[in-house]
Amino acid sequence: MRRFVLAALFLLTAVAAHAVEPSERLADPALEARARVISSQLRCLVCQNESIDESGADLAHDIRMFVRERLTAGDTNAQAVQALVNRYGSFVLLKPPVEPATYVLWYGPPLLLGIGLVGTLVWLKRRQTTPAEAEPLSADEARRLDGLMRGTDV
Amino acid sequence: MKRLVYLLPLVLFMGLAGYFLVALRPNHDVHELPSVMIDKPAPAFDLAGLGDPKPLALEALKGHPFVINFFASWCVPCRLEHPLLMRLSEQNHIPLYGIAYKDKPADSARLLANFGDPYRQVGIDQDGRVGLNFGVYGVPETYVIDSKGIIQKRFVGPLTAEAVDKELLPLLKKLGQS
Repeated sequence: MRRFVLAALFLLTAVAAHAVEPSERLADPALEARARVISSQLRCLVCQNESIDESGADLAHDIRMFVRERLTAGDTNAQAVQALVNRYGSFVLLKPPVEPATYVLWYGPPLLLGIGLVGTLVWLKRRQTTPAEAEPLSADEARRLDGLMRGTDV
Repeated sequence: MKRLVYLLPLVLFMGLAGYFLVALRPNHDVHELPSVMIDKPAPAFDLAGLGDPKPLALEALKGHPFVINFFASWCVPCRLEHPLLMRLSEQNHIPLYGIAYKDKPADSARLLANFGDPYRQVGIDQDGRVGLNFGVYGVPETYVIDSKGIIQKRFVGPLTAEAVDKELLPLLKKLGQS
């Protein structure tokens, strides 16, 4: 039984494991926590769709060590990230920054939504105006309708 | 006015086709990252020399344009470009310097002993820190640096004969004259 519990425990903890190796961790838990936050926001340039926190690639390891060194040396989070952007460009950021090159990315979808909304409104408005208010029947038409209803067409 | 609406799909199609023409052109790798280091000073380095008591330092290389090639013995595409590097050094006599990226010095030395050594000097970057400072994300990578130490050009992946003849050599010639 104890063996079973132990195995289950190991299995459960294995899920939470990351690529960060024990030897990489900083002694100071506050610094280590900051390093983890930064790592989760950086793209691994070899695998390109993983953060360096998750990636087992060699380069990801190097960048994790680099981030920890910078933090230990007294960098703020922003300074450590900027040091990497200076080397690799803003592509290392998993969340792209808002800058002229990414305007289409950030503002394109809301713009398209806006165009669609305006187009729909214009279309709806135009459709409504035509059949909305029919003119009341003239005296002649009213009489003819009466006749039709009674079944005696004139 | 009404008629123009019927041209809209055509215009949209032309726009898309134009985009794909640019984005999917041959020899264009979408995974290749634009370098932010172009026109910026090369990061300083002072590396232990491979089989050479003299270190490989950026400061010592300034004064003439030169080429830095990041390589490793474990890197397969490096073998691919190796004959081209030999040609560059033996026929074109370009100032080519190597940086052994994340490689055991003994392995780098064996590679150069077996296949020939195209480099004037080789620096050992075993922990990859100089590579990281350059923004290297895979070997081989090749950098053209001018006499003031400014990075002028970066080649990601193995050099090709076409890239060498059409870009690298003309650029070096231009840098050497100015």
